[in-house]
Amino acid sequence: MDLTEFLVKTATIFVVFVLTLVIAMYSTWAERKVAGFIQDRMGPNRAGWGGLLQPLADAGKMFFKEDFIPALANKWLFIAGPSLAMLTALLASAVIPFGSTFRINGHEVVLQGVESNIGILYVFGVVALGVYGIMVGGWASNNKFSLLGAIRAASQNISYEVAMGLSLIAILMMSSSLSLGEIVAQQHGMNWNIFYQPLGFLIFITCSFAECNRVPFDLPECETELVGGYHTEYGSMKLGFYLFAEYINMFVSSAIISVLYFGGYNYPGMDWVYSQLTSALGSETGHNIATLIGTAVFFGKALFFIFFYMWVRWTIPRFRYDQLMNLGWKKLIPLAIFNIIITGAAVLFLKPVITAWLN
Amino acid sequence: MNPSVSFFYFLSFLTILSAVMVVVSRNPIHSVLYLILTFFTLSGHYILLNAQFLAAVNIIVYAGAIMVLFLFVIMFLNMKQDHEESKTNLTKVAATIVGGTVFVILFGAYRKTAIPAFNPENFDSQVGMIENLGHMLFRDYLLPFELASILLLVAMVGAVMLGKREIGERHF
Repeated sequence: MDLTEFLVKTATIFVVFVLTLVIAMYSTWAERKVAGFIQDRMGPNRAGWGGLLQPLADAGKMFFKEDFIPALANKWLFIAGPSLAMLTALLASAVIPFGSTFRINGHEVVLQGVESNIGILYVFGVVALGVYGIMVGGWASNNKFSLLGAIRAASQNISYEVAMGLSLIAILMMSSSLSLGEIVAQQHGMNWNIFYQPLGFLIFITCSFAECNRVPFDLPECETELVGGYHTEYGSMKLGFYLFAEYINMFVSSAIISVLYFGGYNYPGMDWVYSQLTSALGSETGHNIATLIGTAVFFGKALFFIFFYMWVRWTIPRFRYDQLMNLGWKKLIPLAIFNIIITGAAVLFLKPVITAWLN
Repeated sequence: MNPSVSFFYFLSFLTILSAVMVVVSRNPIHSVLYLILTFFTLSGHYILLNAQFLAAVNIIVYAGAIMVLFLFVIMFLNMKQDHEESKTNLTKVAATIVGGTVFVILFGAYRKTAIPAFNPENFDSQVGMIENLGHMLFRDYLLPFELASILLLVAMVGAVMLGKREIGERHF
């Protein structure tokens, strides 16, 4: 790998990193605006136009609060908890394909941090590590409620990971590739996986709600039972990191949903747009603009799912904990296995028949 | 030195350091966290060997599932330093003898093992990629693979049987 390639990769990763942070930051603003809209009130509207500076004000408040560590807490692990939560949340965005390629002086630059042939497994691994931030932080607080909250969050996460992994297997059987770039490229021309995998999509989105600890699965924070859950003892920016990691997870999972099921940067009629642009503006500028449109479409899809998360949060009441576990283990896992069997049968028997009939 | 070799030495140093820390740490939670770090560095070794699938699965299975359960159990045991039972001299001597024997066996095995020679000219660097691994598993080693899956199924059924609530047992 020569130096320019290395620098280009570094720049791409930096841009992805900054974008993730900015989107997560404005998700906190959007969450309150959506809540306000649904509950028929204004939401934040004092700091800046329409409250747009509210996230900055919140960050300022978080930073300047007293950074308190309880006397009997395990100091290093108490700090490591939120750092781990933040780290694992940010890691996953590295493999997401945000668009196709940019052409600069004949060089193709892929709009993706790392193109690896195990992309989806990498995401799954990072998601599996997400529980450590919560568990370490909850244990290090040296507080019964924190520990119980952490255990609850972790058991919820690992229970729903199983169903999530099983619903992904159906996608992998269809695409026969683990690379996210490849999975998106195969969905070109409205071959979106949502049309082939509606059941898998439902299972996946339910599990991603549970993985992000969002309503209706936000049981780790339960004031009536657990005080504040795993972050009872946290304050200032450490608490901020925990809450912020949730929003980053939300963005990452929305992006993954749009990549896996909604064709990523593909949109209807993109070939026509591409040929128009390249014939009008030349193969380089036209290609770049077509890529930008694709990226905008990708972000549109991802932002819609972030909105969907908020919409659900302010609409649906939460589950009880035993209902949550019953749903995860007794309903979603058998459904996911059923989905795998159906997909396998369709790939083996139905697909040859249909392709033969179409030709 | 070429960068991958120096990276190999750095990773190996980290692996051995964290493995030693697993044994040396007084606090069981610290031990578990060092063990997780060891799995990460081992995954780094897999990536150096161009076996990305193995690296990812190592993280998902060991760091993501098994170690979480370890952490669960240890957190609930609530072990404090002052509760640590004092070891008698007999246990210490026995532990030293057993540990030393294992070390001698491992060292002897290492000395006897002939590392298979390979030719860097015609070595297939893609052998650890998932496609090749899949072909290998489902073509050449299908029977062992299926037997292992049956073994796992049996273990799972056993675990469910042990964890099942008996009829008439108290309902929490």
